[in-house]
Amino acid sequence: MSEAITPSDFPVADAGLRPPASVVTEKGWVRALLIAVAIIFLALFLVLPLVTVFVQAFAKGLQAYLAAFAEPDAHAAIRLTLVTAAIAVPFNLVFGVAAAWAIAKFQFWGRDLLVTLIDLPFSVSPVVSGLIYVLVFGSQGILGPWLLAHDVQIIFAVPGIVLATIFVTFPFVARQLIPLMQEQGTAEEEAALTLGASGWHAFRTVTLPNIRWGLLYAVLLCNARAMGEFGAVSVVSGHIRGLTNTLPLHVEILYNEYNFVAAFAVASLLAGLALVTLVIKSVLEWRYAGDLAASARH
Amino acid sequence: MAVASVRPKRRFRQPSVIPGFGLTLGYTLTVLSLIVLFPLAALVVRASGLGLSGIWEVATDPRVFSALRVSFGVSLIAALTASVFGSIVAWVLTRYDFPGRRIIDAVVDLPFALPTAVAGIALASLYAPNGLIGAQLAKVGIEAAYTPVGIFIAMVFIGLPFAVRTVQPLIAEIDREVEEASAILGSTRLGTLTKVVLPPLIPAVLTGFALAFARGVGEYGSIIFIAGNLPYVSEIAPLLIVIKLSEFDYAGACAIATIMLAISFTTLLFINLIQAWSRRRFGYV
Repeated sequence: MSEAITPSDFPVADAGLRPPASVVTEKGWVRALLIAVAIIFLALFLVLPLVTVFVQAFAKGLQAYLAAFAEPDAHAAIRLTLVTAAIAVPFNLVFGVAAAWAIAKFQFWGRDLLVTLIDLPFSVSPVVSGLIYVLVFGSQGILGPWLLAHDVQIIFAVPGIVLATIFVTFPFVARQLIPLMQEQGTAEEEAALTLGASGWHAFRTVTLPNIRWGLLYAVLLCNARAMGEFGAVSVVSGHIRGLTNTLPLHVEILYNEYNFVAAFAVASLLAGLALVTLVIKSVLEWRYAGDLAASARH
Repeated sequence: MAVASVRPKRRFRQPSVIPGFGLTLGYTLTVLSLIVLFPLAALVVRASGLGLSGIWEVATDPRVFSALRVSFGVSLIAALTASVFGSIVAWVLTRYDFPGRRIIDAVVDLPFALPTAVAGIALASLYAPNGLIGAQLAKVGIEAAYTPVGIFIAMVFIGLPFAVRTVQPLIAEIDREVEEASAILGSTRLGTLTKVVLPPLIPAVLTGFALAFARGVGEYGSIIFIAGNLPYVSEIAPLLIVIKLSEFDYAGACAIATIMLAISFTTLLFINLIQAWSRRRFGYV
């Protein structure tokens, strides 16, 4: 930096000729190139697979597409996926709100450790998530003999699928709400309590309205993962057709039987769910950016 | 975001008028223990039953070793690719305005929302020798599907949102005045970018890289359809766990799972270290 600075080094010299913003951005052609690289990369890696699902699903026409949903196995898979999500999502909703209340509204020893532990399922491979439940509830598992004696089946049955789904979607609601509720602080709840509200009343009328968009956002993502989970559910399900097959597992079976149109037809249902999720999520982000802010910045 | 907190003095929790602490913390701890900690402990107990030598024996089995090598090696390259392109995408989405920017921004989250099995069969049909891209690649002599190249493609797909979303908020927070100062002091735009703008982004890029890597190593659904699952060539570690389980070889499954858990926790630790370093060096995470 010891060279002499000549006047021509100063972009300010011809500041009158170009807008001042030009010193904090790249040249036009560099911008165009980077935008092109980004768009082509995303189109190739993300959009094309999504489009493929729908193209393949309708490859043999509408008749063949609809035929995939006429099967009783498909009905059973749809029903099981809905049931699983209907249990797992509310369960994690209640847990997430309770955990966020304890962690965000109070200061106590070991709080950071607790947050890390709640986040744990996100860093465990889906297959390992299934495996640990097999180790607990499977026939050779810790509780296996007891369950066998009492004729309770968890692995290769619906309860195992629900448990594995709860595990993989465990952190969604809590990790969304904790930063949000931390940022909101406790002043409003304290005011409500001072004015004579009960704790539950304060939660319902003060806290809940404050976190509703963040909560909806988290539930949306939680639900998408719950309905789409494959690895963990695959390990605990046992793949019994019509009994323990969720939609993603049904897709796998159809695909492995070379029944591609049906596989992609069922997959298109899940892809549609993903699209709806993305649209609602984006609308929430655009419209309620402030109410999601604490977590969006995370 | 870190909230400045006063350390309580030898007291479990600071006094507060807000009710429900015992109830919510008790519920949280109970559910956390039953759903997460107890089952994970079951794995640890099983694995410790094998002992280090037992785990080592499984890990050095040629088939297991090559599966681990494929999972970690390909994930490393895929995370690197996702980080490079993810950073460009993040930069373009935050800094430039162009038609369709918001839609493209929404598209980045697609791998989070799309079920992995759906992504898996879509990628497999695209990159198969008779698929849309696979046929083109075949012309130039690249076999994508049923080789490690296919695993790479699936891992880039699954890791991309992590790479983009960790870098994006930091690019938005860059202080434009610093860039102006750099330009006024005579730096070229390239000099400003490499010496002023990019260095503070490095911790975020590394974090995104580590997250994408960890996700790639554990990924199952989007890979198995495109990988072809040839032992010693394109078989990934998570699939081997499933195979061992279906053979009722619980010890083998546990050993592989333990190795994978150990690596992903190391990655987690690595991320925390980067963030601690970044807090000291740049004053933010």
